[in-house]
Amino acid sequence: MNRLYLERRAVPSRLMGVGAPVLALAAMILCAIPMLRLEGLEPLATLRVFFLQPLSTGNGISEWLLKANPLILIGLGLAVGYRANVWNIGAEGMYTVGAICAGWVALRFADGTHHWLLPAMMLAGVLGGMAWAAIPAFLKTRLNTSEILVSLMLTYVAQLLLAWLVNGPMQDPGGLNYPQTALFSESATFSPLVAGMRLNASIFITLGVVVLTWLLLDRSFLGFQLKVSGQAPAAARYAGFAQARLIWISLLISGATAGLAGMFEAAGPLGQLSPVISPGYGFAAIIVAFIGRLRPVGVVFGGLLLSLLYLGGEAAQMTLNVPAALSRCFQGLLLFCLLAADVLVDYRVRVMP
Amino acid sequence: MSLLLPLLNGTLVAATPLIFAAIGELIVERSGVMNLGIEGMMLIGAATAFGVALGGHPAFVAVIVAMLAATLAASLFAILALGFAVNQYAAGLALTILGSGISAVIGRRFGASSVTSIPKVLFGLDPLVYMALALAALVWWFLNRTRAGLVLRAVGEAPHSARAIGYPVIRIRYLAIVFGGAMAGLAGAYLSLVYTPLWVDDMSAGRGWIAQALVVFATWRPGRVVLGAWLFGGVTVAQLFAQTFGLHVPTQFMSALPYVATILVLVAISRNPQTLRLNTPLSLAQPFRPDR
Repeated sequence: MNRLYLERRAVPSRLMGVGAPVLALAAMILCAIPMLRLEGLEPLATLRVFFLQPLSTGNGISEWLLKANPLILIGLGLAVGYRANVWNIGAEGMYTVGAICAGWVALRFADGTHHWLLPAMMLAGVLGGMAWAAIPAFLKTRLNTSEILVSLMLTYVAQLLLAWLVNGPMQDPGGLNYPQTALFSESATFSPLVAGMRLNASIFITLGVVVLTWLLLDRSFLGFQLKVSGQAPAAARYAGFAQARLIWISLLISGATAGLAGMFEAAGPLGQLSPVISPGYGFAAIIVAFIGRLRPVGVVFGGLLLSLLYLGGEAAQMTLNVPAALSRCFQGLLLFCLLAADVLVDYRVRVMP
Repeated sequence: MSLLLPLLNGTLVAATPLIFAAIGELIVERSGVMNLGIEGMMLIGAATAFGVALGGHPAFVAVIVAMLAATLAASLFAILALGFAVNQYAAGLALTILGSGISAVIGRRFGASSVTSIPKVLFGLDPLVYMALALAALVWWFLNRTRAGLVLRAVGEAPHSARAIGYPVIRIRYLAIVFGGAMAGLAGAYLSLVYTPLWVDDMSAGRGWIAQALVVFATWRPGRVVLGAWLFGGVTVAQLFAQTFGLHVPTQFMSALPYVATILVLVAISRNPQTLRLNTPLSLAQPFRPDR
């Protein structure tokens, strides 16, 4: 009997570096077909609603980019950390704290017009996310505690913190006791790029962050240090790279981008704070980082894809009464398929004679 | 006195799913594999058990189906982590995301219906509470007193040596992952059948991650898993009691206690680098490729 086996490539395949995510998407769709059948849905029609219908209108494109924005931003920060083998899986919490801090600034200066308010909110969001990320960084570097578990636990804490704030100190006094803050003033919200659509200028800041991350990862010594400490920790130690410093930098960068994403969401489509301010962007961004193969440009594509999955989920829920959670299933499947397809970058499939 | 008994009972009940899930993960990690998918497997277990019980089947059938479903999910992880030797953190996270999605899709049908809880057998506690304790004892015996347990530990410490003397590393790790999956499924079934016999999306609320932390806290020893689970059960129940007795602290602060406690406990155990270095299975989370 002929058996398939994996043979290590002499050099990683460049073709597969691009091809693996495409293969993964195809494999995910193949896996999705029986799942859709099981749910009693016509697979082709459902997939059309999922992947094509959201992009058929101008507003659809605006929503697509709007949702991709936080995903790309968070994914960029996570990619920096994952390169260095720093496993921040609590970006959702940093996003939440960033939104809280930005929201506090917005409500503090709710009266009048201030041109500096949006920049100040961005700063608050970044600092909030960094502060939340500093906790796992401190505990990891000083007390040797797993950043995976600490960052995740802090996500729950951050969400409860937000729930308390919008039920208490930050609750809208004129809001009929709903658990939400007052609407942000005009100078505390991004104005739409095109009238009638929700897309706003924050997307350009994200593009700037893409370039900055590229410079950091591919054009700086620090990026090289991060990569070495992730792929060959022993070599990094031997070269004298300060491990603790790299952990701090990785976590602070991912906290900063997640916090900024929280601010963008609060000052953009949301315009106020309520107990739930994210459909799981912080977790989906983990997948984004992997689809992008931890490269900034790749992360952009990953963000666009995951954003489309979110939109497709919403469209399918509305037109076909499909559970919205189906898009979370697809996210998980996609990551599975991607990890499997990624093997083809370093290995080729051979048939044992 | 009238307060003490419900507190103790509540602690034992709250600790039970943690013991199941953490003991399962302990075996997985002792074999050298880190499966971050416990939360997802628990949710799959919870949803399938609830669905089967809602269909009018007896509780033990529901529990077994839950364990089988979670085992299937664990096998998916095993194919990637062992067959393709991919990054185990990423594969585990994929499992958690997938599990939470699948359970929500299944759970959408349940609405607000509830199931009859498993009957109490002894001291007002259900049989699974006792089974969890028995399981911990059994796993201790397996790891420390049997040849198979020794082989499992050898695979976790030095997989290449274990392979060199003829042990099938991949197969042993696969069995460990499957066991971990079954236990996570059991823990999930306990949540939806006994702990809160109502369906809520993402009802495990981070317990899979707390179980993960418990394994570290226990320095990979079954006895300490039980102690740690009681500690967490105690914190969970104490905050619930405090909430019902109208302590003047916002409920969200009380609800955050188990998560904060997890962090504190992790810090306490990790503070001394020696403790972890001496107890962590040496090959933990490192993909095993026989050709290297």
